Amino acid sequence: MESGAPVDRLSRFLSAFSLAFGTAQLAAPNVVNRLAGIRDDPTSRLWQRLVGVREVVAFAAIEAEQPRPRRALWMRVAGDAKDLTLLALAWRGRRASTPRLAGAIASVAGIAALDAHAAARAGRAPENERTEEEPMHVKAAITVRKPREEVYRFWRDLENLPSFMNHVESIEGNGNGRSHWKVKAPAGTHVEWDAEVVEDRPGEALVWRAVEGSGVQNAGAVRFVDAPRDQGTEVHVEFDYGAPGGRLGEAVAKLFGEEPTQQAKDDLRRFKQVLETGFVVRSEGSPEGSTARRHLKQRPGQPVEDGGPGEQEPKPSIERAPSVESAPSAEEGDQS
Amino acid sequence: MKATVYSGRNSVEAQEVPDPKILNSRDAIVKITSTAICGSDLHLYDGYVPMVKKGDVFGHEFMGEVTDVGADVENLKPGDRVVVPFPIACGACNACQSQLYSLCENSNPNAGRAEKLWGHSIAGVFGYSHILGGYPGGQAEAARVPFADVGPLKLETDLPDEEVLFLSDVLPTGYMGAEMCDIQPGDIVAVWGAGPVGLFAAASAKMLGAERVIVIDRFEYRLRKALSGAGATDVIDYEAQPDVVEELKEITAGRGPDACIDAVGLEAHHAHGMVHAYDRVKQATRMETERPHALREAILACRNGGVVSVVGVYGGFLDKFPMGAVINRGLTIRAGQCHVHKYMRPLLERIEKGEIDPSFIVSHRMGLDEVSEGYETFKHKQDECVKVVLKP
Repeated sequence: MESGAPVDRLSRFLSAFSLAFGTAQLAAPNVVNRLAGIRDDPTSRLWQRLVGVREVVAFAAIEAEQPRPRRALWMRVAGDAKDLTLLALAWRGRRASTPRLAGAIASVAGIAALDAHAAARAGRAPENERTEEEPMHVKAAITVRKPREEVYRFWRDLENLPSFMNHVESIEGNGNGRSHWKVKAPAGTHVEWDAEVVEDRPGEALVWRAVEGSGVQNAGAVRFVDAPRDQGTEVHVEFDYGAPGGRLGEAVAKLFGEEPTQQAKDDLRRFKQVLETGFVVRSEGSPEGSTARRHLKQRPGQPVEDGGPGEQEPKPSIERAPSVESAPSAEEGDQS
Repeated sequence: MKATVYSGRNSVEAQEVPDPKILNSRDAIVKITSTAICGSDLHLYDGYVPMVKKGDVFGHEFMGEVTDVGADVENLKPGDRVVVPFPIACGACNACQSQLYSLCENSNPNAGRAEKLWGHSIAGVFGYSHILGGYPGGQAEAARVPFADVGPLKLETDLPDEEVLFLSDVLPTGYMGAEMCDIQPGDIVAVWGAGPVGLFAAASAKMLGAERVIVIDRFEYRLRKALSGAGATDVIDYEAQPDVVEELKEITAGRGPDACIDAVGLEAHHAHGMVHAYDRVKQATRMETERPHALREAILACRNGGVVSVVGVYGGFLDKFPMGAVINRGLTIRAGQCHVHKYMRPLLERIEKGEIDPSFIVSHRMGLDEVSEGYETFKHKQDECVKVVLKP
């Protein structure tokens, strides 16, 4: 969601500078020593190389954090401070040519000022950017080779949702158009909330949101559109999702391979599988089917043992995932 | 049961693993009577395919007897004799309904990973890395076959295993390579690689009406097989005649072959040591994933406006790709993992009618216990090896 923001030219320059300077220090520490007026010996060359590694890391860190590389730039400021210390030691030890060393110190001080300026600027969020509390916006879509009415009806039935939404543990209808959701969160915790359907256009769209006061930000919509030719139905999902714990919570979830966009895509992939094939497709390498976490850590591709992962975490709803014909109709009372 | 287990680069072992079990209602369990080592298994063995894990069971060419079926499999029953196609296909998605079975949209549980490398995913494949699903393969005593109501070809014939086994992959793959050439009467087709796929591509080009078929390889014994078994009219040993493009111009009076088939893929060799070394080093340092000598040559050799058909396997990214030749000379590149399901029945009919006997490629027969030796013999082309069939 941040990729739309323009990249700051100063930080681009600083990252290029890090790469160029770091490469020079790694490839030719003797030349850098000479230019900086430092006595060229094995110790100073080793220092040059170490600093060179840091510069290359700084380059990678800035690029990874674009377009607002706040942390990486403050890291550079800290590095500049250390460089100034090293140069001061060289000055005190008189291990070099004094005018060149003075020039080097002035240069590093200048770069440090630029780094600090760029870091401070990156720290100020532009107005159009998401703040700490705002939920993130997630979009995903898939094409299912089934008629639009059928696809809509399957999604509309609460009981079907856990068969393809991996993180949903249970959904209970409250009988008043509302439903209670219980969803798995990282580290064995749960999140629960009440949701209500705010718009239901049969065969076309469903819009829902978390009931006010339920402590969770979750609002979204799913649209069903005829795909061109006889290719079935396009399913477009969009939702706003406030992770428990805000941005920090999002970062933690990502560490566990639980990135919301990837999750939404996986959910849709399983949705398509259930509708088109009758079940979630499983392999021995991914016995639970398509999950972001399993993508990161596969079982070996050999048969599962009795009591293997395929059996330890059964999703009963998968086994009885109804073919579409037998799916309960949308008219039942307790839907979300 | 015993199975061929990957135990690190250049190493497979026959090991004891758990017996396969039904995981989905459309699965079948097949007790394997014959299985083969594929040239593309060597890409796994050599460590060039991403996401291969120690402990993976290899093998995607296999046949045998059904021993168990899931609740929703109605076309098969225990005791049936079947050949299993290497791509796993659901039969219901848009790709399957267009007969593009190797592009099945549902059979790869790790589609998310494949999308990161290729933009979109393809079908899951037996024993062929986790990027293609993490399914155990068929170089084993038994295998679970997902979507058994769609894939396996039930055999009503008493043809021996070796005449029908190659319906699982190499025969349809070679055939599709030739079919993609849109062969017209009088066409000259050149095939790079005289391994099993290249031999079947040459034989299929003949069957589809090519007037001349030229096969290019560096092993004398394989070129002999191309002439004697696959019906090739000419062969080029590129170690003896390194300028293949010139040779082909000579044979075709300057026009170039009307269609060129790459049946080599990502581990090609080159007659010139320096050129080979260039790509070998880039590949070893992972700066490119392929050594595309055969493909480059096929493009340069192909007639203006002709077709380059690629059935050799590539994994990721290659360089020094002669795109200028493709655009300026109006070439058509067609490629694909074979949609085996579509070809099995018609090709079985051709076998039954005696139009082709695929067993001519078999050079070695071994037990599962000798599988390490089988891979080594095949990889290093020892003992005139063309195709190793394992009898579990």
